[in-house]
Amino acid sequence: MSDATLVLILMTLGTFALKSAGPLVLGDRALPLRVQQLVDLLPAALLAALAIVSTVGDGRAIVLDARVVGLLVAGLALWRRAPFVVVVVAASAATALVRFAA
Amino acid sequence: MNDVDEAALKRAIHRQAASIVAAVAPFGIVFGAAAATAGLSLVQATGFSLLVFGGSSQFAAVEILGDGGSVASAAIAGLLLNVRSLAFGVIMAPALVGTWWQRAAMSQLMIDESTAVGAAQHERRWRRYGYLVAGVGVYVVWNVTTALGYVAFAGAGDLITQLGLDAAGPAAFLALLWPRLSSMPQRRTAIVGALIALTLIPFAPPGVPILASMFGVAAGRIGVRRVDEEPSS
Repeated sequence: MSDATLVLILMTLGTFALKSAGPLVLGDRALPLRVQQLVDLLPAALLAALAIVSTVGDGRAIVLDARVVGLLVAGLALWRRAPFVVVVVAASAATALVRFAA
Repeated sequence: MNDVDEAALKRAIHRQAASIVAAVAPFGIVFGAAAATAGLSLVQATGFSLLVFGGSSQFAAVEILGDGGSVASAAIAGLLLNVRSLAFGVIMAPALVGTWWQRAAMSQLMIDESTAVGAAQHERRWRRYGYLVAGVGVYVVWNVTTALGYVAFAGAGDLITQLGLDAAGPAAFLALLWPRLSSMPQRRTAIVGALIALTLIPFAPPGVPILASMFGVAAGRIGVRRVDEEPSS
């Protein structure tokens, strides 16, 4: 079985447990404050890490290339409240331009 | 409530759901493309969208797999991004009435979008309706666009870098992060999480820096605890 299939199976089971715990087991019992804080903050930590690592990470090497410009342009587009499509297209176009010019 | 009000309310819910569902389409295409670039098969890519059905978690797992990360780090990072569906489930539970099987089936649609539309309604019955309309809409569009993105970009090879599409993933993660940065604890968590991951890249196997970023949460909580304690002091 390939790695991706194994990840798919593990995530399917785990995600279903997380999604259905409320409706099937917990009902509307409030989560403990500490758990609630953890739940609120976790995505920010992981998404920020993913944004940085997918931009400059290449295995164990840190590579600064045109993608850095792409990420900066994405940030600029988000700051200007651009919709998702514009953010992705602008980041890709900027990256392609820097590569073409280099 | 009379029929006219009911029809108007349904239309309002459909409008809310439609704008949210439309916004998911480009993200689905980017995910499909990312899955193709990471070397997944079409069945695996659509399997993620059909069975896991959680955009940011699928994206994280595929990113880590593509970078050569282990099964454990990809699966755990993905699941950590879905821990929030636990909180959504508690919010939506009173509205999702039905038999055990019905509740289990409805739970599969537990994502940001369905919870947002559902929780925005005032009556229990309409919360359930909004949740289901948005959830089913996103489910269909997410799966169709995943397959489209995969087919369009599978085997694109050099074209991906020539068009700068390898920057689409980073841009997508930043776009998912952006709306969360409205409060200081969230910003601190994001900055510290990113720094932890960046620092660990040369020292840890791929995927582990992403997992380690979870300790950035501690930075976010320092401020929260202080705010909690202020009234009592």
